[in-house]
Amino acid sequence: MSTAHIVVSNVGKVFQTAERDVVALQDINLEIPQGQFVCLLGPSGCGKSTLLNAIAGFALPTSGSITADGRVVTAPGPERGMVFQEYALFPWMTVADNIAFGLEIKGMARADIAAVVDKLLKMLSLQDFRNRFPKDLSGGMRQRVAIARVLALDSPIMLMDEPFGALDALTRRNLQDELLRLWAELKKTIIFVTHSIEEAIYLADRIVVMTYRPGTVKRDIMVALPRLRDPASAEFNALKRELGQLVMEEQQRHHHDELRMAAVD
Amino acid sequence: MATTSSWRQAGVGLIVPALLIALWQAAAMLGWVNPQVLPSPVAVVAKWIAYLLPLQPYDPAAGSWLAWAVSGELITDSIGSLYRVVVGFLIGAGLALPLGLAMGASQRVYDWFNVLVQMVRPIPPIAYIPLSMLWFGLGNPPAIFLIVLGAFFPVLMNTIAGVRQVDGIYLRAARNLGASGSTLFLRVILPAAVPYILSGVRIGIGTAFIVVIVAEMVAVNNGLGFRILEAREYFWSDKIIAGMISIGLIGLAIDVGMNKLNNHLLRWHRGLEN
Repeated sequence: MSTAHIVVSNVGKVFQTAERDVVALQDINLEIPQGQFVCLLGPSGCGKSTLLNAIAGFALPTSGSITADGRVVTAPGPERGMVFQEYALFPWMTVADNIAFGLEIKGMARADIAAVVDKLLKMLSLQDFRNRFPKDLSGGMRQRVAIARVLALDSPIMLMDEPFGALDALTRRNLQDELLRLWAELKKTIIFVTHSIEEAIYLADRIVVMTYRPGTVKRDIMVALPRLRDPASAEFNALKRELGQLVMEEQQRHHHDELRMAAVD
Repeated sequence: MATTSSWRQAGVGLIVPALLIALWQAAAMLGWVNPQVLPSPVAVVAKWIAYLLPLQPYDPAAGSWLAWAVSGELITDSIGSLYRVVVGFLIGAGLALPLGLAMGASQRVYDWFNVLVQMVRPIPPIAYIPLSMLWFGLGNPPAIFLIVLGAFFPVLMNTIAGVRQVDGIYLRAARNLGASGSTLFLRVILPAAVPYILSGVRIGIGTAFIVVIVAEMVAVNNGLGFRILEAREYFWSDKIIAGMISIGLIGLAIDVGMNKLNNHLLRWHRGLEN
């Protein structure tokens, strides 16, 4: 029995379509210790989101198993809070109500909920937006609310599916710094999906590069650079070049596959 | 600035109606049309005011001033029609909402009821008039029955669609936060379906308002629909038009009210800016 916080062992996932079976994941093995910041990196179609969804419990693997915090993952749950690229805030709830929702489900007392919400609004600089609806917020603000909503659950694991993919570059850097600050303070285990090499190097302790179909682990590397990392530094760029090479190989396979599929059609 | 331009916009919109009314008045004054067929606008307005005002002079001995002030035929008729619309709509929507929620949320319930709904839905409520009178006789019951039918299907269809179209991302997020069962339904699926349900409510009220006028023409002896048909018997064309104008005004008021309710309930919705 491993002592790691999240254990992915021999995980495979096959999607069955009318014409053929698509092997999205194959023989994935990962052991993620408590408090590690892991980025899953790869081109689209490499199965990184599929793997994240499997860990979240939305779509279970067809073979192998995943344990989180010592328990086998069988369904989604608040102990593995997820931040989505599309924010997924409830538009009919105010910012404060969105953050409180998970706590209400837990059955927490009203006064305690109010205290947690206040703390999180402050932590994410959202005090002035407490009673706004999501439609009145910018993308960056919405993602802050989504992060606060997951932090409210006080779960040890945070899953993030390209959370900053839809944001402009400045907002993105701003939220990356914020996330690093929160992570250092709260010591969460984070699994963060991205296709941005720079984002992965900027954030992660460890980068798992995935292959395009079937999705396997192509390279699993530790990033030893001290934080905050300087994207203009030589070490950063050396790593960027190395990872760029790996991702590009998979991107090319993706591209060829698309061309082949088009020819078959 | 904004108010000036909105006033101007409203003013521009009034030019064409004013011209048409002027033309109508001119046609009446110059004797181009028989006043029995088309009375002048001035005559219609005079009739409308007479229709609005109480029939008897004020008598303090008979009751309060307020009761007297609303004793006019128009007001009694409007209250009669609105009562039928409200009762019929509440029953119709009250039946359609739970069934629609169940049909939208459960494929099994949908399979049970869908064929029946699809077979009955294309029959216009007005086609039920003969049956409604056989079943319920005369008076309010057949009229309300027809309005129930008119309100039922729009609310039902939109509620089903509203529940079915709920974006999967909200369900995923809610389940991730620990929601399930009735919490998921009441706090996520239902509010997400509200925009669809409200547009069904709006169509349903519109249908109810059409149906009430028709129902009053055949089954009841008061209400706006009854009144304009009665006026035809006596060739009171000014009263027919005055009644039609009243129907239009009440329809407009209902629509404005619905709009306000809509804007309040959907203040979170992206499409709306207040």
